[in-house]
Amino acid sequence: MDLLIPDIGLLFWMVLVFGLLYFILSKFAWKPITESLKEREDDIQKALDMAEKTRIEMAKLQSDNQKLLAEARAERDAILRGAKETADRVIAEARDKASEEGNRIIVKAREELQTERQAMVAEVKREVIELSLDIAEKVLKRELSDKKSQEELVKGLVAEARLN
Amino acid sequence: MFRLLIRKAFLSIVLSLSTLVAVNAQHEDHHDHEAAEGKKKFNVGDMIMHHIKDDHGWEFAHGLTLPLPVILYTEERGLDVFSSSHFAHEANYEGYVKEHNKIYRAGADGKPDKTIKVLDFSITKNVASLLLSAVLLIVVFFSVQKGYEKNRGKAPKGLQSFLEPVILFVRDEIAKPNIGPKYIKYLPFLLTLFFFILFNNLLGLVPGGANLTGNIAITMTLAVITFLIVNLSGNKHYWAHLFKPTGVPVALLPIMIPVEIVGVFMKPFSLMVRLFANITAGHIIILSLLGLIFIANDLGGTGMGWGVSPLIVAFSLFMNLIELLVAFLQAFIFTLLASMYIGSAIEDHHEADHGIGYEGPEAH
Repeated sequence: MDLLIPDIGLLFWMVLVFGLLYFILSKFAWKPITESLKEREDDIQKALDMAEKTRIEMAKLQSDNQKLLAEARAERDAILRGAKETADRVIAEARDKASEEGNRIIVKAREELQTERQAMVAEVKREVIELSLDIAEKVLKRELSDKKSQEELVKGLVAEARLN
Repeated sequence: MFRLLIRKAFLSIVLSLSTLVAVNAQHEDHHDHEAAEGKKKFNVGDMIMHHIKDDHGWEFAHGLTLPLPVILYTEERGLDVFSSSHFAHEANYEGYVKEHNKIYRAGADGKPDKTIKVLDFSITKNVASLLLSAVLLIVVFFSVQKGYEKNRGKAPKGLQSFLEPVILFVRDEIAKPNIGPKYIKYLPFLLTLFFFILFNNLLGLVPGGANLTGNIAITMTLAVITFLIVNLSGNKHYWAHLFKPTGVPVALLPIMIPVEIVGVFMKPFSLMVRLFANITAGHIIILSLLGLIFIANDLGGTGMGWGVSPLIVAFSLFMNLIELLVAFLQAFIFTLLASMYIGSAIEDHHEADHGIGYEGPEAH
């Protein structure tokens, strides 16, 4: 049964060789190999992450663009609306101003007319007074001479005055 | 799993039968030796034992033996180094005699004197194969490592891409799930273990190759190293589980603690025996099958020998393919169990039943 009894020599060599093998392979093979594998896996993971990030960024960019476009559109609309409002206002203002001016002119004209009329009335009054005084003067002058002719004179003066 | 179980049982039966046959054959051999001196009969047991056991000198084929250095140490003579070919020519070389593959000091009568202790550190067939496999492993994995240096940032190429999946398998399927986050510390050992067993299993299948992983000294060394790593890295949960199992009544402790302690030693023992028995059994089956040709030759003449050959060759080809599977399987199982033992020794949280983790796959 010496198949089951370990040989001291083989044990010695096995411990020596396996120990050395473990040491050499760990230091010069397994360490760099596992590190390279890890590095490559990290690289792949990083690349995948980057792709995902880029995808998200692209989507964000696209939505940003969309937003920007919508904003620009809104702004354009706002500007247009503003311009229209301004124009409307300017027009309205102009119209108001014009009508105001018109009114003012009318009022002024009316006032002038009034003053002129008053002046005219005053003139007329003055002339009537003057005329009356003239008439009265003449009447008074005539009264002294003849009644009939007085009347005629008044009639004539009145007609004259009417003519005036 | 079930099929593996059956296969294992089958192998165990064959192994024990073969061992019996071999032992019986050896006994017969002693009886028949004088009688059949003239016409040497073929002895299948001797042939098998000769092939699966270690030897001074590497016999590739009959008559083609590579002599290997014999290194002996005795207290009286110190270190002695000479070629193993000397034993082929003379029975007694410089006072050393070889009997049943063991070297003794020759007594005054020329017979081996077994009272004198001879330490045999010879480069035997197994040691030579061990060195060869070590060189092969170093060459192969240095080239793989070079590949990683050369193809940095590129796809793997050649040998590198051939072995990378295996390295990744050991890392991702064996080490990571069984050891947990601290696997990186044990990965070099597990990789060395896996590829050492795999390469030597495969080298053992090469005709003329040594039966290295089917040698108890080799599997014992691997198992003892695993045992040391497991127990040296065991944390307080591991030891607490051994000596103060939770949920066990105090009255049961005198039974439980010895059982747990036996379990600690049973694990590496099972590792040692599993690899040894599987590989040796495979070799014995193939050799027995091939031996059948020569038995037929002895029983029924040359015609009979040739007649059974095609069938035997077909069978042994089949067995060789199975052995190829076993070579991978045993490397995998040994590494898997080693990482499970390490994992159970270092895991942080305390589970109710540590046993569950390794009871299942142990049935392989």
